Amino acid sequence: MIRTKLCDLLGIEYPILQGGMAWVSTAELVAAVSEAGGLGIIGSGQAPPEWLEEQVSKIRKITNKPFGVNVMLMSPYADQVMDIVIRERIPVVTTGAGNPGKYVAGLKEVGTKVIPVVPSVALAKRMERSGVDAIIAEGGESGGHVGEQNTMPLVPQVVDAVNIPVIAAGGIFDGRGLVAALALGAVGVQMGTRFMCASECVIHDNVKKVLLKAKDRDTVVTGRSTGHPVRVIKNKLAKRFEELEMLGTPPEELEKLGVGKLRAAMVDGDIEYGSVMAGQVCGMIKKIQPAKEIIEDIITGAEEVLKRLPGGGN
Amino acid sequence: MADTFEKVKEIIIDQLGVEEDQVTLNSSFVDDLGADSLDIVELVMALEEEFDMQIPDEEAEKIRTVGDAVKYINDHQ
Repeated sequence: MIRTKLCDLLGIEYPILQGGMAWVSTAELVAAVSEAGGLGIIGSGQAPPEWLEEQVSKIRKITNKPFGVNVMLMSPYADQVMDIVIRERIPVVTTGAGNPGKYVAGLKEVGTKVIPVVPSVALAKRMERSGVDAIIAEGGESGGHVGEQNTMPLVPQVVDAVNIPVIAAGGIFDGRGLVAALALGAVGVQMGTRFMCASECVIHDNVKKVLLKAKDRDTVVTGRSTGHPVRVIKNKLAKRFEELEMLGTPPEELEKLGVGKLRAAMVDGDIEYGSVMAGQVCGMIKKIQPAKEIIEDIITGAEEVLKRLPGGGN
Repeated sequence: MADTFEKVKEIIIDQLGVEEDQVTLNSSFVDDLGADSLDIVELVMALEEEFDMQIPDEEAEKIRTVGDAVKYINDHQ
């Protein structure tokens, strides 16, 4: 039985967070993950506040277990989304694309646990000082917006730098990854890509098919020149991006090309010219299965790994 | 002011790996010195350490140029 202090902190059974993914982790997936003993997290992206309210009430009809909301701090609705989180007393908030410092006091007042996603040691230390409850150290193996550090070096450095619990993310797929993360000093993992092929995940079937087919080298990071690099499945859009970047296209124009492309992929199923954000672990996705099965697979896998490691069972 | 600027300049050169003549009071960290948001976090932490102060997030967000940093430090010493 793999239990860590993250389970006590968040009131969950297994130390597994399902990363918040815009257009991907909606009420259906979130509720299934939480119901299975992990922590499901809504990806609020740039969605308007009304959308989030709907999602929250949907989840509460399916499960009374804890769940979270990921708030993209660059969203024009970030303030309003945080207001809803506070009003609805959402148990957990994860944040991306910035520093949630100014929201921490308000969230803590209603008992919401605040867990920012950080890509560097300095930001982790700063976040700790703002009073957050834990940190997600996310390596560039992840899908979507990424930092330059990889999980293997980033996690232990963050663990050494802060005194709050650290959750590892990026490149983690199964029990082996979970045990590796614990070995690096993390108290749990956050996984996004694997949950994209959960049966409950609402993304377009075309995207699920692409992920099932994907191999180890099928993702690429584009947009480095814009300052907002993104890991996606290599497709026509990714190629176009790479060409334009080589030509020195100004960041504003590149950003324009990216607008609406995530939705085009995930909702409309445009796998050629949509942005199919996914992490490097996509090569390991072999089937579509319920979230509960995914979580059980990770946990039983981790227990087996622990047994066969040198000195295991001692 | 001049003293603070010299110290700040030294830290910027060290942190961002830029040339001394690039660092003026008007230089923007992002546009002129090529810093990204994570570089700025590290820089703010280094300034806090050097000047033994804490710069709150809301204030740190407003620091866009070398002059902004120098002014903040002088106003809060």
